[in-house]
Amino acid sequence: MNKLVISLSPHVHGGDSVQKNMYGVCIALLPALLASFWFFGWGAVAVMTASVLSCVLFEWAITKFILKRDKLTILDGSAILTGLLLGFNLPSNLPIWIIVLGALFAIGVGKMTFGGLGQNIFNPALAGRVFLLISFPVQMTTWPQAGNMTYVDAETGATPLSLMQKAILEKDASVLNDLPSSFDMLIGQTGGSMGEVSALLLLIGCAFMLWKKIITWHIPVSIIVTVLAFAGLLHLANPIYASPLQVIFSGGLILGACYMATDYVTSPMSKNGQLIYGVCIGLLTVVIRNWGAYPEGMSFAIIIMNAFTPLINNYCKPLRFGEVVGKEAAK
Amino acid sequence: MNLILLAVIALGAIGLTAALLLYFASRKFAVHEDERIGQVSAVLPQANCGGCGFPGCAGFAGACVKAADKGSLEGLLCPVGGQPVMEQVAGILGMAVEASAPKVAVVRCNGSCENRPRLVSYDGAQSCKVQQMTGMGETGCPYGCLGCGDCVEACQFDAIRINPETMLPEVDEEKCTACGACSKACPRQIIEIRLKGPKGRRMVVLCNNKDKGAIANKACKASCIGCGKCVKTCEKFEAITLENNLAYIDAEKCKLCRKCEEACPKGAIHAFNFPPRKPKAEEIPNVEPQKAEQ
Amino acid sequence: MKTFNIGGVHPEENKLSAGSPIREVQLPKQAVFSMFQHIGAPANPVVQKGDVVKVGTLLGEAGGFVSAPVYSSVSGKVSKVEPVLDASGTRRMAVIVDVEGDDWEESIDRSTDLVKLSDCPKLDSKTIIEKIKAAGIVGMGGATFPTHVKLCPPPGKVAECVIVNAVECEPYLTADHRLMLEHAEEILVGLQLVMKAVNVTKGYIGIEKNKPDAIALMTEKAKQYPEIEIVPLKVKYPQGGEKQLIDAVIGRQVPAPPALPIDTGAIVQNVGTIFAIYQAVMKNKPLIDRIITVTGKSVKQPSNLLARLGTPFSQLIEECGGLPEDTGKVIGGGPMMGKALLNTDIPMTKGSSGLLIMRQDEAKRAEVEPCIRCAKCVGACPMGLEPYLLAKVSEQKDWEVAEREDIVSCIECGSCQFTCPSHRPLLDYIRLGKSTVMGIIRSRAAK
Repeated sequence: MNKLVISLSPHVHGGDSVQKNMYGVCIALLPALLASFWFFGWGAVAVMTASVLSCVLFEWAITKFILKRDKLTILDGSAILTGLLLGFNLPSNLPIWIIVLGALFAIGVGKMTFGGLGQNIFNPALAGRVFLLISFPVQMTTWPQAGNMTYVDAETGATPLSLMQKAILEKDASVLNDLPSSFDMLIGQTGGSMGEVSALLLLIGCAFMLWKKIITWHIPVSIIVTVLAFAGLLHLANPIYASPLQVIFSGGLILGACYMATDYVTSPMSKNGQLIYGVCIGLLTVVIRNWGAYPEGMSFAIIIMNAFTPLINNYCKPLRFGEVVGKEAAK
Repeated sequence: MNLILLAVIALGAIGLTAALLLYFASRKFAVHEDERIGQVSAVLPQANCGGCGFPGCAGFAGACVKAADKGSLEGLLCPVGGQPVMEQVAGILGMAVEASAPKVAVVRCNGSCENRPRLVSYDGAQSCKVQQMTGMGETGCPYGCLGCGDCVEACQFDAIRINPETMLPEVDEEKCTACGACSKACPRQIIEIRLKGPKGRRMVVLCNNKDKGAIANKACKASCIGCGKCVKTCEKFEAITLENNLAYIDAEKCKLCRKCEEACPKGAIHAFNFPPRKPKAEEIPNVEPQKAEQ
Repeated sequence: MKTFNIGGVHPEENKLSAGSPIREVQLPKQAVFSMFQHIGAPANPVVQKGDVVKVGTLLGEAGGFVSAPVYSSVSGKVSKVEPVLDASGTRRMAVIVDVEGDDWEESIDRSTDLVKLSDCPKLDSKTIIEKIKAAGIVGMGGATFPTHVKLCPPPGKVAECVIVNAVECEPYLTADHRLMLEHAEEILVGLQLVMKAVNVTKGYIGIEKNKPDAIALMTEKAKQYPEIEIVPLKVKYPQGGEKQLIDAVIGRQVPAPPALPIDTGAIVQNVGTIFAIYQAVMKNKPLIDRIITVTGKSVKQPSNLLARLGTPFSQLIEECGGLPEDTGKVIGGGPMMGKALLNTDIPMTKGSSGLLIMRQDEAKRAEVEPCIRCAKCVGACPMGLEPYLLAKVSEQKDWEVAEREDIVSCIECGSCQFTCPSHRPLLDYIRLGKSTVMGIIRSRAAK
């Protein structure tokens, strides 16, 4: 007979794995991905392919040649996911070399310098995006209009976000009349980066992740509710601020709230910590969007709160069993 | 011109204020330390291994100075620097230091894969202490090496390694500083810090099994079965004691005659660093140089 | 549906033997009685080699207050008193009896007639506890804490209710389930005895709703006793944990250690223990046998067996169709908290609630990957701890942080490791940290 195995309990496992979670998020992104292909055509396909391939390639090259690890991690799905998310944050007419540079920064600096999966402080895809946004502001903010199927010389136009900022700068609420209706924005008939198109499909993907228990509701809900409340108050106070629904469905807010802020590695561990994290992201997003230099505040807000995550983890502990009773007894 | 003047004045003022702040801060928050602590620290190895029992070299230096003020350095030893360093420390503090013989870590288990068959296989965190919680471990010996390498991890000097063939730790005597970290890390207290002996020669019972002979014998080919033959051969020097079915050689009393090694039916007693034995006929002259050492 | 409030997981239930009625196992040829069948001081052997013993003869007397006596479950001759490998994985003192015949002590009432509490009006609290103590009864859910200790609350604490733990939240195990189906009446009387012993008027029996037949039967039978309430509970692991069960049934949480479950006014007893109490008090029968589930996906005939204590596990396996060829792991207890056994010759003890046989492909853990900080362990922990952090600081031997993060509150249920997508050995390290920190706390208290 074979040797028996001894180990400490538990002797069974729930069957969850890193791969399942990573590919689960990829599947959740699939409807939105197809929609962005539909709206932006071959340009989107090219950008997305370049982004995913270069992320995977850099992950492989760095683990093999620089870290010299035997175990290659490209199949765990995390690099693919980073590539997807990075691609979603780019305009569909971005030159390929810029994308490759962004992928190098995302994987090389954002992830592998910290030791690879699980060790990074900032969401790699966002690190890449912010790096590109600061380095190539013109290319990164020239958005093709949705419905343009060509990659080169696509017609570009103002995005809802830049209109909103313009209204505030010029203190003229009538600028907002040019905004598409919030229903159009929900469906995705607007200009912007690839992931900003269809809030509805992104929400469907998010529902899938909640159903599969890949994420919990705390972060997305707290972000969206905070933005709704804050933007709603501003709108009521002064109509130069766009209506909260338009704020929610414009730009990368849904993508950020459901897919980027919920990134396992860089978000807080306890539920109450996650709520604080979400509320702060929501507040920061609205602040940056309305009064900052950049029209989109989501990525900066998330990156800033990523930096606060260790602090939140240190102070926000989950409610211990019996803690409430213990406190009452102490009184 | 005016602009330059303004800039100079402004910067100068800032610089001056900062300098003043720094000056007062350094006076206000100055920590007065016995200068001897710094001097002692300077001669210590700065490995911060904790082998002396203090948190790092600075802690040890502080303890030395305190002890010197009380009049004796007794009980304080930097195992890494050993005698030379302690002499330097004593010199700085104006004390005398007693001679201490060099020591070395010895793994008292010879249950290699060959000697001690694995009955089950352990699956879990690679930590001896965790494996110890499963009970006996992979083999039939509840006292022997578990092989997960807690000692290797504990060693600051890269002096102990697991031999992949025997799955037992091996001590590199050149590198070992006898700091005792491995000994503390071992959940089964297998590693002993022993006298290194003249020319590194020493006799050790390489077994830690306290079970009765029959059980110990079944668990491992190289186990001590507590038969007491070695004790009898050593009646003259009384260096070997038998307790809980396990023989132990007192390094202070051992005369390195190697008779116990021959007497042990299980080959559990090992002679370290002796020249290779010559064929049996010439055995007697082999003992003489050792006597000369004594 | 009631359940506990924090965390929890839902492992595949796999109650393969739920439909198999309790079967009595043949007497073993040789029975081994460990003196370490309970938590606390070991029992001291009172027999010697060559002594003749009957079923129910005292073999080892309790070694202190937190201890329990050990009785022979067979008749025959004592062949050895020496350390034997037991379920803990170490050799510990045991009495070995060569079986001859089946000769019972006369004081034991072997009839199966139901004796109700109303039949014995003279029974008082003290007698009940004395009988329980003398019978060597310990917690039979697996923790094996001496029962009489639990029934004597420390001064200043008052019991308000008794909760019977019949949730059997461990996957695979069905011993308690079958016991309820086949001995419902006795369990209700046993519960009344415990209620009388600790002088309370409210008793609950918590049953998970994956045992609808047991819930229906117990509810039906309990109608005659208005003071007993059957509480159906949502299926969630580790509901059988004492603290979780109290939270689920009466909605009170036990504060952090050193507080005890009795601080909530509840006394929890396993349903198997309750049955043993009934037998001890009403039938004068010491704890000499128990029901054990022998199960596993590869086992030919997963069964619930009534076996004498001291029977080697190998015999129980034979009874269920023999040890399968591809066995990779044999577990004493359930898959979540049971202990992997070194071999199958180990004897069954008072705490053996199950014997689970795993195939080779189930036995090995998956490869460990880096922590991705997904916080699923935090969500699963029923004690509201942060397992990822506790495991990390234990691995790094940072005992101060481990203590500050309440590592001693861990109940070692394994929910964290069960959920971890990276297959990290979280509980391995937390156990190491917990035992080290508890040692530090003890040595500090000793000073």
